[in-house]
Amino acid sequence: MKKKAESKEYPMVTVLLPDGMADPANDPGLPDPELLAVFGKMNLVRAMDEKAIALQRSGRIGFYVPSSGQEACSVGAGYCVREGDWLFPAYRDHGMALMRGCPLVTLVAQLYGNDADPTRGRQMPNHWCDQRIRLVSVSSPVATQLPHAVGASYAAKLRGEPVAAIATFGDGGTSTGEFHAGMNFAGVFRTPTIFLCENNQYAISVHVSRQTAAPTLAAKAAAYGIPGIRVDGNDVLAVLKVAREALERARSGEGPTMIEAVTYRMGPHSTSDDPSVYRTEDEVAQWRRKDPIRRFAEHLRKRGLLDDAAEEAARSEAKEAVQRAVEEVEAAPPVPVESLFEDVFAEMPWHLAEQRDALLSGKGETR
Amino acid sequence: MTQATLLQAIRDTLHEEMARDPRVVVMGEDVGREGGVFRVTEGLHAKFGPDRVLDMPLNEGGIVGMAIGMALNGLRPVVEIEFADFIFPAFDQIVSELAKLRYRSGGQFPAPVVIRAPSGGGIKGGHYHSQSPEAHFIHTAGLVVVSPSTPADAKGLLASAIRGPDPVLFFEPKALYRTVKGEVPEGEHLVPFGKGRIARPGEDVTLVAWGAMVPVAEKAADAVAAEGVRVEVIDPRTLWPLDIALIEDSVNRTGRAVVLHEAPRACGFGAEVAALVQERCFLHLKAPIARVTGYDTPFPYALEKTYLPDPEKTAGAIRAAMNF
Repeated sequence: MKKKAESKEYPMVTVLLPDGMADPANDPGLPDPELLAVFGKMNLVRAMDEKAIALQRSGRIGFYVPSSGQEACSVGAGYCVREGDWLFPAYRDHGMALMRGCPLVTLVAQLYGNDADPTRGRQMPNHWCDQRIRLVSVSSPVATQLPHAVGASYAAKLRGEPVAAIATFGDGGTSTGEFHAGMNFAGVFRTPTIFLCENNQYAISVHVSRQTAAPTLAAKAAAYGIPGIRVDGNDVLAVLKVAREALERARSGEGPTMIEAVTYRMGPHSTSDDPSVYRTEDEVAQWRRKDPIRRFAEHLRKRGLLDDAAEEAARSEAKEAVQRAVEEVEAAPPVPVESLFEDVFAEMPWHLAEQRDALLSGKGETR
Repeated sequence: MTQATLLQAIRDTLHEEMARDPRVVVMGEDVGREGGVFRVTEGLHAKFGPDRVLDMPLNEGGIVGMAIGMALNGLRPVVEIEFADFIFPAFDQIVSELAKLRYRSGGQFPAPVVIRAPSGGGIKGGHYHSQSPEAHFIHTAGLVVVSPSTPADAKGLLASAIRGPDPVLFFEPKALYRTVKGEVPEGEHLVPFGKGRIARPGEDVTLVAWGAMVPVAEKAADAVAAEGVRVEVIDPRTLWPLDIALIEDSVNRTGRAVVLHEAPRACGFGAEVAALVQERCFLHLKAPIARVTGYDTPFPYALEKTYLPDPEKTAGAIRAAMNF
C-alpha cells in the first residue's frame, strides 16, 4: 500500500513544540488561571475514565467507552463553546460538557442509569444529555447527529442569533451518508456549524486507511466548499485555537468549518473489545509518548505554572471529585418501573397506559 | 365552509399555519419554486421566501436530520418527502433519532417534526411511487401516524400535527389529492389525534379503512347495501395512536370486522387492528376478522389494478363475514 504523505494543503496546526514550549505565532494566549483550569478538566476526564473502567470491571456499571488520549479535543473545543451554542457530541466528548458547566454528577449518573440520571436510564453508558447546556442526547449510530447540528444552527441563523452548533464524531463517521449530508447542507446553507472530527485512527478495530483513500480527512471539506483544518489533536492549545477561530467565524455569519483533530484512543473502543487484536504495542507506546495531558503538563511546567506537587494535587483533586460523584449517584434508587412508559409521547396514549397498568398490577398481559 | 380538494386543503393549511406561526418552516425536494411535484406547496415560496420554504439538496436522511435539529432549536419544520417510497433513505433518522429523542433524553429534547409524504397507489406510479409504508412507523415507538381521507380532516389533522408536541408521519393518499372534494371549515379547525370518525353508520359489519381505501370501503358498502347489509365504515384518521374505543364499540354492536388497506398483508397495520379486535371483542364476534389488503409482493406497475383492493374484493369479504 502506498504510504500517505503529509498533506501540504492541510498542514497540521500545532502549538506545543517538542521542547514543551508554545509556538508564539499560534499560542492562543490564555491567562494562567485558565490554563490551569483546562488542565484540571483534562485530569477530571482522565480520572472519570479510570474510575468508570474500574466500575465496569467490578460490575457496578454495564459498559463504558473510554476517552483517554482524546482529552485535548473535547476539553480544548469545549473551552471555546459559549452559552447558547449547541452541542451534538459523540460518546467520548463529555469533556466538552464539563467545560460548559455540566455537573460531573449528571455524567456519572448517566453511567448508572438510576433515578439520579435525568435521562432516566434510557440509554447505555456514555450517552449523555443535558438540556441546560444544550447538549443533545448522544446517539449510538455514528454521525447521525451531524444533520441535527446543521438544523439547530440553521434555526439560530434564521432568527439572527450569534450562536453556533458543534458536532463531534470519529474518523469512521466520515464514511457515513450523514457526514456527506451534514457537510453538504452546511455548505449550501452556510450554517454556523463546526464539524469536529476526532481522528483517533480506529473505528472500533478498523484503521482510518479503510475509511478513506483521501490523504487527510480535512481534505474532504473542500468538496463541500467549506474550510477544512487539520490540527494536532493531542495538543490542547492547538485544538483550542482552531476551535475558537472556527466558532467565532460561525457566530459572525461566515459559515461552517470542518476540523480534523489527529489523535489516538489509547484504550479499547469500549470495555467490550480487545485492541491487541488490531494494533501493536509499539504503536500504542508511540502514541502514549504524545499523551495530551503529559504534553500539556510539560508546557505548564515550562511556564512555571506547575510542579510535581501541583500536578499531583490536580490528579488527586480529580480523583476525589469523581469518587464523590460516584458515591452520590450510588445512593440514588433505581428508576421507577412506571417511567418505562413515560416520554414516548408528550401525553401517554391508551395503549401505553394499558401496558403500564398491566405491568404494575403484576398480572402480566393486558387483558 | 368552502369546497376544496384534499390537495387544496393541505396547501391552504400550510399557507395558514406559516402565516400564523413564523416558526413553521417547509422543506423538501422541489417544494420551493416548483411548489412540489404534486404542487402541494405552491405559492409558499413566493409568499414566505426561501429561508422558510427550503428547496433542499437531494438527501432524505439529511433532510429529516436537519429538520430534527431545527425542531430542537425552536422551529416547526414540515418536511415533504417527495413520495412515501423515498422515505426509506430517511428511515434511520426517523426511527432511530426522531422517534426516540424525547424518550432517550428523559423528556429534555422533544423534536416535533412533521413529515408529509404522498402515499399509496392508483396513479400508475409503479414500484417506487405507490407504496404504503405506514406499518414501519407504527411499529416504531414515539411516532404519531396519520392518514386523512377527506379535505376537512386533512386540514384539521395537519394543523394538529404542526402545532403538536410529537413527531408526526402524515401520509397523504395521493390517489385522492384531486379526486376527492369536500367541505372544509374556514379558520381554526383542529382534528385531535387518536379520534377516528364513523364515515358511514351501520349495524351489520364494521369495516375499518384509511386513506385512499375509505372511498373504496364506501363503494363496497353501497354494493352490499343493495343486498340489505348495513356496513359501518370507520376511518381511524390517526392510525397511531389508534382510536380503539371507537372500533371496539362498533364491533361489539355489529359482531363482524373487516380491515381494509393497500399495504401488503403480512405485518401490515391490519394485522394489529385484527389482533386488537380479537382481544377486545372476542365474545361479540360472529365471524372471523377478515383482511382485505395488497399482496405480499413488491408493488407492481402493470398489474396495479389486480394488486390494489377494490370494492368487489371488499364486498366479497363483507359477504363472507355475513355468511360465516
